[in-house]
Order: sequence, then structure tokens, then C-alpha cells
Amino acid sequence: MPYTRCAVCKYFRRRCAPDCVFAPYFPNNNPQKFICVHRFYGASNIGKMLEEIPVQLRANAVESLYYEAKCRIQDPVYGCVGIISSLHQQIQIAESQLAKARAKIYFLDAKFTTVESTSSLDKSLIHQNRVDYVLDDPFNTLFY
Amino acid sequence: MRSQVPRSSSSCAACKLMKRKCTSGCLLAPYFQADEPKKFAMVHKVFGASNVTKILNEVPKSQRQDAVDSLVFEAEERLKDPVYGCIGAITSLQDKMFQLQHDLAVAKARLARCSTRTSYASCSTTSPFLLFDGEFGVSPFDNFFMDEGGLTTQFHQHPFP
Repeated sequence: MPYTRCAVCKYFRRRCAPDCVFAPYFPNNNPQKFICVHRFYGASNIGKMLEEIPVQLRANAVESLYYEAKCRIQDPVYGCVGIISSLHQQIQIAESQLAKARAKIYFLDAKFTTVESTSSLDKSLIHQNRVDYVLDDPFNTLFY
Repeated sequence: MRSQVPRSSSSCAACKLMKRKCTSGCLLAPYFQADEPKKFAMVHKVFGASNVTKILNEVPKSQRQDAVDSLVFEAEERLKDPVYGCIGAITSLQDKMFQLQHDLAVAKARLARCSTRTSYASCSTTSPFLLFDGEFGVSPFDNFFMDEGGLTTQFHQHPFP
């Protein structure tokens, strides 16, 4: 079986031990991943972080570090905090729009309920032929 | 006899932590004051001092404070959540955004039904409200706008499928 070093050990030109903490997460066919992460975090910090995390979660930790590093490359000032800030703003806008939509629904519902109840009142008044009542009804303009 | 020159106590938090002399040209001193040692300690633990210096060197001076604030935030999140860091916050905000978009779509559909219902109702009756339609037909929300597809976000993909 040919000996292959992980991307980290290849970068540092050192022997890749069988129990290398980086090897499962930085395969040698993707050197860019380590270069990206190493640029911001440093290999020893990454190694320390991985050692403090349960084995089953290390892959996710590496992916999140990689993602944050890519964000920082795209936006050297804000990194992924720029995305968080942008999401907060969008959520604020969406919440405001939703509140307006719900208020408008309430308004239209109330309008429909008033129209319906007035129309059923009209019908019952016509049916009962209660002219005097109709004249007293302030909303009925048919007789004005 | 001891020297009468007073000991300098103006080292920034970075130089204090790294036990080195803080010079007048120290890049980190303006952003890591001596009275905030924890701030630099967090950033140092996650990124390392030399990486922070490199990052700040790549950023215009006017934006360095913002860069430091974002690094401090990221470091804080990473220490709180060593596995996901800021990505955890992004994921939960995205989930909230998806829920809001869904709620907006439901509200939009309901608005469309309400509008149809009220216009049919006002047309099909001899209600006196017909005469007031100009007044009641103009709602306080006529300036309200909702785009067709709901809100868009620049963060279209979930980071971890």
C-alpha cells in the first residue's frame, strides 16, 4: 500500500503518522482546504481544537472552520459576521412585513365581517318591512 | 541603588499576554487595551497573535476596529461552540428566515383570499358601505409591499447539507 501523507503533513514536509489528528479531515487531494484554514487559525490551534472535540464531531468542526476561513477571505473585515449581520437585517424586514400583512388581514377580515352583518341586517329588515327601524338605522342611505 | 526610571505600565493586552515589550508602533495596542485582557486572550486562543497581526495588516487602517470586533465575535462564538462556532448562529438565523418566508407566503395567500372576498361582498350587496367604498377601500396599508418570492437572502445555501 503506497504511503500517502495528509495535506497538513505534506504542507509541512513531515512524516504523516498513522494517528495524525489532521489526516481524516485534510486529505492530500484537497490541499486548498488546509491552506485556507491555516491562513487564519494556524496548524497548532487547529490541532488543539480538534483534540478538544469528540471524534464524531471533528469533521463538522473542520468544515465550519473552513467555511469561516472562506468567508474571511471573501470579506477580510467582517468575515462570516457580515453574513450574520445581513441575516439579522433581513429577518427584521421580514418580521415587519409579516406584521403588516397580518394587520392587513385583520383589517380586511373586520371589513368583511361588517359588510356581511350589514347585508344580512338589510335583508332581514326588508323581509320584516320595518320601515321605521330602517329610517332609524344611521347606516342606511337608501332612504336619504 | 535602583534606577529612578518608572516602569512602563502601558503595555497593551496583547503584549502583556505575550510578555513582550509594547512599543509605540505596536499594531495591536489600539484595539486590545490593557483593561480588556480577556478580549485578546479569546482571539489569541482561536486565531493566534501572528494571524491576527497578518489579518489587520491586510485591512485598511480605517476598518481595523471593525475587523477586530468581528474577530472577537468569531472567537467568542468558537469558544462557546467549539464544533460549529459562528456557523451555528448562521444556521439558526437561516432557519428563522425560512420560517418567516413560509409565514409570509401563507399571509400573502390569505390576503389574496381576503381581498377577493371583500371586493365580491361589496359588489354583491346594496350595502351603504358602497357609498363609503372610496374611504374604506383605501386602507392604511396601501404603501405596503411584499415581493413575489418573499425575501431573498445572499446566503442561499445551507452550509452543511
